[in-house]
Amino acid sequence: MTELLAPPSDVDTGHEIGRARRRKEDAKLVHGQTMWTDNITVPGMAHFALLRSPMAHARITAIDVSGARALPGVIAAFSGADLVEQLGSLPTAWPVTPEMVSPPHPPLAVDEVRYVGDAVAVVVARDRYAAADALEAISVDYDPLPAVVDLEAALADGAPLVHADAGTNRCFVWPFSGGDYEAARAAAEVVVARRFVQQRLLPTAMEPRAVVVAPVAASGEFTVYSATQIPHVLRVMLALTTGISEQKIRVIAPDVGGGFGSKLDVYAEEVIGLILARTLGRPVKWTESRSEGYQATIHGRGQIQDIEIAAKRDGTILGLKVDLLADMGAYLQLVTAGVPLLGAFMYPAIYKMDAYSFTCTGVFTTKTPTDAYRGAGRPEATYAVERIVDELAHELGRDPVDLRRQNWIRHEEFPYTTIAGLTYDSGNYEAATAKALALFDYDGLRAEQAARRARNDPVQLGIGVSTFTEMCGLAPSRVLGSLSYGAGGWEAAGVRVLPTGKVEVVTGSSAHGQGHETAWSQIAADLLGVPFEDVEVIHGDTQSSPKGMDTYGSRSLVVGGIALHLAAGKVVDKARRIAAHLLEASVDDVQFEKGTFSVKGSPEAKLTIQEVALATFAAHNLPDGMEPSLDSDAVFDPENFSYPHGTHLCAVEVDTETGRPTIRSYVCVDDVGSVINPLIVEGQVHGGLAQGIAQALYEEAVYDDDGNLVTGTMADYLVPSAADLPNFVTDRTETPATSNPLGVKGVGEAGTIASTPAVINAIVDALRPFGVDDMAMPATPERVWRALHGGRQGGVGDGGAR
Amino acid sequence: MIPPRVEYAAPDSVAEAVSVLAEAGEDAKVLAGGQSLLPVLRLRMAYPSVLVDLGRIDGLRGVRDEGASIVVGGMTRHSDVIDDPLVRRHAALLAAATATVADPQVRHRGTFGGALAHADPAGDLPAVAVALDAEMVAEGPGGRRTIPASEFFLDYLQTALDPGEILCEVRIPKLDDGWSAHYEKFSRTAQAWAVVGVAAAVRRSNGTIAEARVGLTNMSTTPVRARGVEAALTGKPADAATVAEAAMHAGEGANPPSDLGGQADYRSHLATVLTRRALSRAAHIG
Repeated sequence: MTELLAPPSDVDTGHEIGRARRRKEDAKLVHGQTMWTDNITVPGMAHFALLRSPMAHARITAIDVSGARALPGVIAAFSGADLVEQLGSLPTAWPVTPEMVSPPHPPLAVDEVRYVGDAVAVVVARDRYAAADALEAISVDYDPLPAVVDLEAALADGAPLVHADAGTNRCFVWPFSGGDYEAARAAAEVVVARRFVQQRLLPTAMEPRAVVVAPVAASGEFTVYSATQIPHVLRVMLALTTGISEQKIRVIAPDVGGGFGSKLDVYAEEVIGLILARTLGRPVKWTESRSEGYQATIHGRGQIQDIEIAAKRDGTILGLKVDLLADMGAYLQLVTAGVPLLGAFMYPAIYKMDAYSFTCTGVFTTKTPTDAYRGAGRPEATYAVERIVDELAHELGRDPVDLRRQNWIRHEEFPYTTIAGLTYDSGNYEAATAKALALFDYDGLRAEQAARRARNDPVQLGIGVSTFTEMCGLAPSRVLGSLSYGAGGWEAAGVRVLPTGKVEVVTGSSAHGQGHETAWSQIAADLLGVPFEDVEVIHGDTQSSPKGMDTYGSRSLVVGGIALHLAAGKVVDKARRIAAHLLEASVDDVQFEKGTFSVKGSPEAKLTIQEVALATFAAHNLPDGMEPSLDSDAVFDPENFSYPHGTHLCAVEVDTETGRPTIRSYVCVDDVGSVINPLIVEGQVHGGLAQGIAQALYEEAVYDDDGNLVTGTMADYLVPSAADLPNFVTDRTETPATSNPLGVKGVGEAGTIASTPAVINAIVDALRPFGVDDMAMPATPERVWRALHGGRQGGVGDGGAR
Repeated sequence: MIPPRVEYAAPDSVAEAVSVLAEAGEDAKVLAGGQSLLPVLRLRMAYPSVLVDLGRIDGLRGVRDEGASIVVGGMTRHSDVIDDPLVRRHAALLAAATATVADPQVRHRGTFGGALAHADPAGDLPAVAVALDAEMVAEGPGGRRTIPASEFFLDYLQTALDPGEILCEVRIPKLDDGWSAHYEKFSRTAQAWAVVGVAAAVRRSNGTIAEARVGLTNMSTTPVRARGVEAALTGKPADAATVAEAAMHAGEGANPPSDLGGQADYRSHLATVLTRRALSRAAHIG
């Protein structure tokens, strides 16, 4: 569907937007010329390493770092107590209720450790090897305390406490409702309830986390290089946490190799690095190892969902009730508590109903903190609702697509305000579903399924449906404020027109694999009428891109891209006035098309935008009072979220002898509104599908009863590769967003949000004849096999239901 | 993932390697392809004093014909084993199983001898060695000796090699006319270790199974020779019923582990299913 080799730009066509360009950022990636944080070496740089707790919960009764200090190559060693005054407490930006328990979060534990991997001491040495060796010379005495692993046990009376001072493991209770669910339930003829478990996931970005902090000689300034998604937010938070003035901190996110939310945070190592650089007066570096990252980088998901759907016998959905337990882990990271709230609004999904009741309880455990992971709350919600709708269809004896069709918002009903209070601006579920059904050969596969069932084939076939929508493009600042989030959701952009007519685009969005440099160049090229190659995109440095809210929540294009659209519009407005002056015409008579200003009715009177740029630079002949600059900035604060949607269909073959589920075909038709670059969209969808399928079939962070992360390396935590995934059939419908001038919707998380329930629905569908009506995730062959042999969900008591 | 300090030696000959090992004592470790050892070092699960790298000893690489057997050098890389014409012709089971080891990067570094000496019961090649009645040729301070595969694997990650010995080469009796083979591996992801693997070689003759060799991966702390399965096949008609009946004996003598890869009862069940499938493929049944 996409042209792989895009022709060079042709300004005359004015059609950069929509072109399947290969990404301009990829050449350096494939040539190994990428500037990862770990590739950065600053003169005089030392390396630091962290000693981490081997126990989930314990009191530190003694700690002695003198052995480390005595070793060759070691520059310094500190315990948590040594640095407690300087390190402060790591920030959390989302106090979801006024009563929320928000315990102190020291970057280095001082008297108590609360998860395996909690850092207790730091060594600075001349090289990584000396630092790692010196960790073994630190002695720590731990007095064990009870681990708190299970969410429900954590809430029981008399449960051991993660934070004794808090007096409870209950972090918050957040209720939300629309309509009267009890009335809906009373009126219902059918009620279906299920408990779903969202297992913990380990975000496994290709590039591990890393940080380099360099003092700038004698100025009191610090340059912080970090593998982060959020250089701008990090700068503010480092200033607030350490007391170092914000203008003295420059944060650079160099090339960043993926994040998926795990780099949307303010981490202990960033604060520790800054304090070490200040204390020692020299640059320091830290790079996590993969197994270290699995303990010390945030985890995703970790929820128990009790969901109930009430309906009439004719299939009309009346209401939905959700009771959620959300695992915070041991501390609150940047947006930990807010993640389930992002899901709260999405349980009603694409369905019309009269009542919705939601309650979320945040729970502390002695495990690695959780936080945003690709989709952040919305995959969990989408999974639960798409699973329960399939269960309702089964209960009613209805085809799952047919039941959805009966209840979804019809295209002529947009804009539509859901029972959760969101107003979906646009969508066409009918069109996406029709296209997906045709590509999938839905009827043919149903016939094959029936035949396999009839002949007791050892390989059974199941079909899974997921008609998802999500809210992304975070976010309207007013809405974030009403949810008690600590910041806004705007984004900034700047356009600088250089004397030669070349263009620099400055964005506050912070790309870490998405392809901003290509997409932003395409937008700027079309809006300014300049060649694609003439645009340079600058991002990820608080000095060169001083204002931004960074990249997460599928927000870059739908917020940052619109800011660029507005800034480019200002450039054209300024240039039009200068062109009119130079062409001795009225501004109203000057038209702009494909990079050229011309006077209506006098086609020979024209100036290119490059000519106007040079004239502006010279400034010899500008309108009175006009500043000699075309440069323009804009900040865009959206009025609404973005609501991409799509229909995903998955066919799974289940080998009933071994239990192995194998995806036979996967079709998705996504509607992400208008598209800037179809190739980038397709890449985002493919990667998203892989991550969502990974949750369904492969990935699970397993803790034992003592709070040890058992899946501590990539040998045990199974991340699928291309060899484990099917060929994806992807297609799109385009229903432009009405909430922004480009008509675009977010795409970064869509595949992940949609795919997990499609896969599990397919497996359950295959196993219905065996009495199976649910399947724990990941659906390992062993779990499927146990389900086939009497366990209702398989894998009961095997650690999946933490 | 920073390994501890370790000395490194790269001798040019087996004799020199043996003497370096003898000098270093029990804390020395032999480095072959490093695909298991280096992760162990980086996780600081072992603190050897010296690594004795066999990579510069040319005589340990390659495959040669010795009449009734082929001899595979211990330092022959998996990727070379897979493509070797002698292996493909005379030890097809070894080629088939080696092709399933980990991923291409590992197969271009990892070695046959290293995989056997590591003796990971989840590794694919020990079961093949046991099934094929391979003989391990080791050299130590006392000279060369030959250890049958059936006596080589003692326990989890433990072999009959003395600390001062090097596994130099492996002699594999040829299975030629009438033999065919299949390695049936069941793993969670493409590059993951086997939950269970079944190495099967079968000689058909006049519609019957004249001989069979079956080895099981990850069904005990050592590779398992499924002699009960072999006995149930020998002399029987080469058909689905024979294979299905024989596969029921797969769990005999096994003591499967319970771990993240699967519980013991599931592994036992898998062994039966996979043995039937491996035999069916090897014997071209069904």
